[in-house]
Amino acid sequence: MDGKLELRETQKLEGHSDRVWSLAWNPVTGTGGVPAMLASCSGDKTVRIWQQGSSKSFDCTAVLEETHTRTVRSCAWSPSGKLLATASFDATTGIWQQIGSDFECVATLEGHENEVKSVAWNASGSLIATCGRDKSVWIWEMQSGNEFECISVLQGHAQDVKMVQWHPFADVLVSVSYDNSIKVWVEDGDDDWHCAQSLGESGSGHTSTVWALSFSECGNRMVTCSKEYDCSDDLTLKIWDTSGNPSQTSGDGYAPWQHICTLSGCHDRTIFSVSWSSEGVIASGAGDDALRLFVENKDNVVDGPSYSMLLKKDKAHAMDVNSVQWNPKDPQVLASASDDGSVKIWELVGVSQ
Amino acid sequence: MVTGLINANPVVYERKERHLRSSPVVIDEYAVEPIDQLEIFEHVRDIKDPEHPYSLEELKVVTEDSIELDDQQSYVRVTFTPTVEHCSMATVIGLCLRVKLMRSLPSRYKVDIRVAPGTHATEAAVNKQLNDKERVAAALENPRLLEMVDECLAATYI
Repeated sequence: MDGKLELRETQKLEGHSDRVWSLAWNPVTGTGGVPAMLASCSGDKTVRIWQQGSSKSFDCTAVLEETHTRTVRSCAWSPSGKLLATASFDATTGIWQQIGSDFECVATLEGHENEVKSVAWNASGSLIATCGRDKSVWIWEMQSGNEFECISVLQGHAQDVKMVQWHPFADVLVSVSYDNSIKVWVEDGDDDWHCAQSLGESGSGHTSTVWALSFSECGNRMVTCSKEYDCSDDLTLKIWDTSGNPSQTSGDGYAPWQHICTLSGCHDRTIFSVSWSSEGVIASGAGDDALRLFVENKDNVVDGPSYSMLLKKDKAHAMDVNSVQWNPKDPQVLASASDDGSVKIWELVGVSQ
Repeated sequence: MVTGLINANPVVYERKERHLRSSPVVIDEYAVEPIDQLEIFEHVRDIKDPEHPYSLEELKVVTEDSIELDDQQSYVRVTFTPTVEHCSMATVIGLCLRVKLMRSLPSRYKVDIRVAPGTHATEAAVNKQLNDKERVAAALENPRLLEMVDECLAATYI
């Protein structure tokens, strides 16, 4: 890349009356004449839908309220873009459908004992995973008529589960937890889900709560983030790879993950979120109010793959950054959510010297 | 389960004499006054212990010196000493400290709360919980816990 790169703030979306925890781009929007659409969820118990108008600016087109009775912690669109799942501290997960200009809650997934912290759809949209403080991960299968059936409750984490993410194309689920581990869950056939791998017991794992993870576009790598305590070396971003050891696949094509790189010394506060763009740029949002971008070092590959920081945006928000998400249809556009109650839209641009 | 108070006979210390701060000669009325250690201490000294009718200062759970801050960096760390090693109220005390500072300090501030090293049986676990923003947020949505915290903080608003 020639010249310097800069993360330029293009818009600040205000409206939530409490911290914004998470956001999600509607995956089928922002292309083919369909305006980009974004959902954000908040401690104010609502979810806001933002849509990009003809002037390129985002307006709030819907507020999903009076349903969740506590913080909405996470939201995720189905791959078809037709449904939005919302995970709440009220122990339920709502499923919403757009009816005209409004959104209606068409289903409520109940079962977790307490706060649900994350929700994610698999690549085909047939399954939803949720996780929470009750240490469990639940897998739900979509039936006809927007009905959902719980097909598995996965126990294994020793503590609070912070996030779940599905692999971009295989039905492999990864969860990260307050117990410092990352667990990979696969199906043995016939709804028999089990933990195929647990990353963290050996020396290369995180030494504190793992808050989030993000897969690379082709799914052979993932990045996880944390905040390490009492270390002189602040090890906070880890990259894992599964392109090696093809002989260790089993049945479903599952290949084990290996730690390949740790990014240290970059963060002073907890990294709450990471997002891997289709162009290979990793964005992180942290408790020091900053956004950081990382890329793989293509030259100088000495001891295997390595990553380094591309740029840092100080004071991206007035308070902690809780969530970062690249626009899946425009890899130069990033959205961030903060404790300051706002969502910001950024564009990665080249600056002429 | 043990009923009754965790520590029925806490040691009570005298409160430090409070000095009225003299108003400084105003040189620049637009200058933001830096926050100092004493100011932070004044926010927390009168927090009532959840179990006894004494303040955290009187029980020496917090002292002025247990507060480390860097106003330039908008950072503060409060180290508190529970009265007994197995104090199950440690997380409540920590939560009270956090809530009081959250309500009293500018939003730019980053706050760390920890138990004094070596003073609690499950120090690492308590520290981890107190510094997990999500856990704190969820706890504060629990009405009974919030009520307990507000009761402990009531004396600090007078």
